[in-house]
Amino acid sequence: MIEIEQLRFRYPRSDFLLKIPELTINPCEKVAIVGPSGSGKTTLLNLIAGIEVPSSGKIVVDSHELSQMPDARRRDFRIAKIGMVFQQFELVEYLDVRGNVLLPFAINQSLKLTPAIRLKANEIAEQLGLGAKLKRRSHELSQGEQQRVAICRALITNPKLILADEPTGNLDPANKHLILKMMFQQAAERQQTLVVVTHDMGILEGFDRVIDFEQFRIESSVAKSRAGKPSSFDRGNTGGGTP
Amino acid sequence: MNGPIKLAWKYIIYHKYKSLILVACIFLTALLPIAIKILLSQFNQKITVRADSTPAVVGAKGSSLDLTLNAIYFKSGTVDTIAFSEVERVRENGAVAETPVLAIPIHSMFTAREFPVVGTSLDYFAFRGLSLQRGSQFTTLGDCVLGGKVAQELAVDVGDYIISDRDNVLNLAGDSPLRLNVVGVLGESRTPDDLAVFVDVKTAWVIQGLGHGHQDLNQESEESGKLISKSKDGIVASKAVESFIEITPENIESFHFHGDISDFPITSIIAVSETEKDDTVLEGRYARDSSIQFTKPSDDVRELMSLVFRVKQFFDANAILIAISTGLLLFLVMLLSMRLRRREMETMFKLGCSRNTIVQLQFAEMLIIFGVALVFVSVAIWGVTIISGDIVESILVS
Repeated sequence: MIEIEQLRFRYPRSDFLLKIPELTINPCEKVAIVGPSGSGKTTLLNLIAGIEVPSSGKIVVDSHELSQMPDARRRDFRIAKIGMVFQQFELVEYLDVRGNVLLPFAINQSLKLTPAIRLKANEIAEQLGLGAKLKRRSHELSQGEQQRVAICRALITNPKLILADEPTGNLDPANKHLILKMMFQQAAERQQTLVVVTHDMGILEGFDRVIDFEQFRIESSVAKSRAGKPSSFDRGNTGGGTP
Repeated sequence: MNGPIKLAWKYIIYHKYKSLILVACIFLTALLPIAIKILLSQFNQKITVRADSTPAVVGAKGSSLDLTLNAIYFKSGTVDTIAFSEVERVRENGAVAETPVLAIPIHSMFTAREFPVVGTSLDYFAFRGLSLQRGSQFTTLGDCVLGGKVAQELAVDVGDYIISDRDNVLNLAGDSPLRLNVVGVLGESRTPDDLAVFVDVKTAWVIQGLGHGHQDLNQESEESGKLISKSKDGIVASKAVESFIEITPENIESFHFHGDISDFPITSIIAVSETEKDDTVLEGRYARDSSIQFTKPSDDVRELMSLVFRVKQFFDANAILIAISTGLLLFLVMLLSMRLRRREMETMFKLGCSRNTIVQLQFAEMLIIFGVALVFVSVAIWGVTIISGDIVESILVS
């Protein structure tokens, strides 16, 4: 689903440098990326989403090489193929639940809003327990409900890839596990690939693979030498959280 | 563009108070100069038409504009009076007129229920093309004919009466209220005539106190207390004599004027010459007169309007400055709004929205705000246009 080769990325006027020699994430895989703040986890999600463009190297998502695409095509690709979930939910305050779920269709003309899509929005909201709250605005919802709305928004375009940046970072323990369970369930039902950035070691259970990003960066040269083997480790090998 | 417009509309509805304030800013900034332009245009049109339909006015020396406004809008103001005998002088025009000049006296000094009482002759109605909607013309002392709007606003009709206003309630020796019998109502002409109470000039003099009616003192003895003295030379009445405030068939014979009517005052004369030559002769005669002037209302009104339009230029400059200030304020509000909504825009961008669409979203908001303000302005302008005639009329007459 995702193939990264010889990736280098640097923000303008910054010392930060992200180097990923090689990384592969398979279709339908559920991957957690862990690591300390500032290690580049979110930057990697932005690169996979095509929000940022690598300085060099190659990123292929669903057989499309993002680094070769012009800006407009990357946006169209992102909105159609990738669902995004954020730590702060990032719901639009003046829209109700339905409006937020259907937001991708309002902001990009490559998506066409049809009656079938509206019906689908209702169905997804129903599945995530928001069926009775479609008319409510975000400030009328609990934090868990707000994140569920954000997940609905990520699912509405039926993307092949879900990128979630600290999706449980603002939730209490009960909601944390509920949201994760929902994301796993939806990803499994829709055969989606799920990449979740988190620094919460308590939620790693359930992921197929955990990538320690700090380790990945430090051992990037080592990882490069492991032909065809990504610098990641199976959940069973996490041990203390680092390989 | 459909999506951004829908989003912009939802944002505007959600932030309704902020949006309403923005709409109000644009509405007021745009409406004021436009409304004034409409009112001024109406004012110009109405006053010019009225002035153009009045060839010449003769009256006391002083402000020719005041004289014109007295003759065509019945404004009493500070106009001095001239003697009624001047009507005959104008008519004869020094006996050089090819045909007699139509001289219509105007006595506009008093009001009845706050509407101007205009003492004139029947020629006035023919000259202005005014026709009766019901009733008849005044024929008797104390009769009056009401302008269409006067009858409507006071809810009086033929057979009713109205009482003239006292000029000064503290001046007990001055004019006294007279009950005016309504004998006719004019059809509406959308001119100041709609807002006037027309009486014969002699009735106006009665209101002024120059003519009056009272008990027959010849039948009274000094013992009755109503006479101070009675002799062959005359009768001196006391304050106990009852003066009539109403002219009826029973007491009309007792009404009389003291003094020579030809010396009685009028405020102006509308002079209508048949030929330009007669007009020129009339103008020439009064050019040398030290106490009476001849003026052409159209010239006075044009002079007035040129002054008004010069003042309006300052107002226009002010309106432009206000519009610029409002524009800058709106721009500032938009910039602050963009800063406040940075995260929302960033999220949209991350989801797959182009920067161009985000600009469209902001543009759509301003477009809707301006559109709504424009609709309100259009409705208000429509309303102003409809009532502007009445507003101007009331300004001119009041």
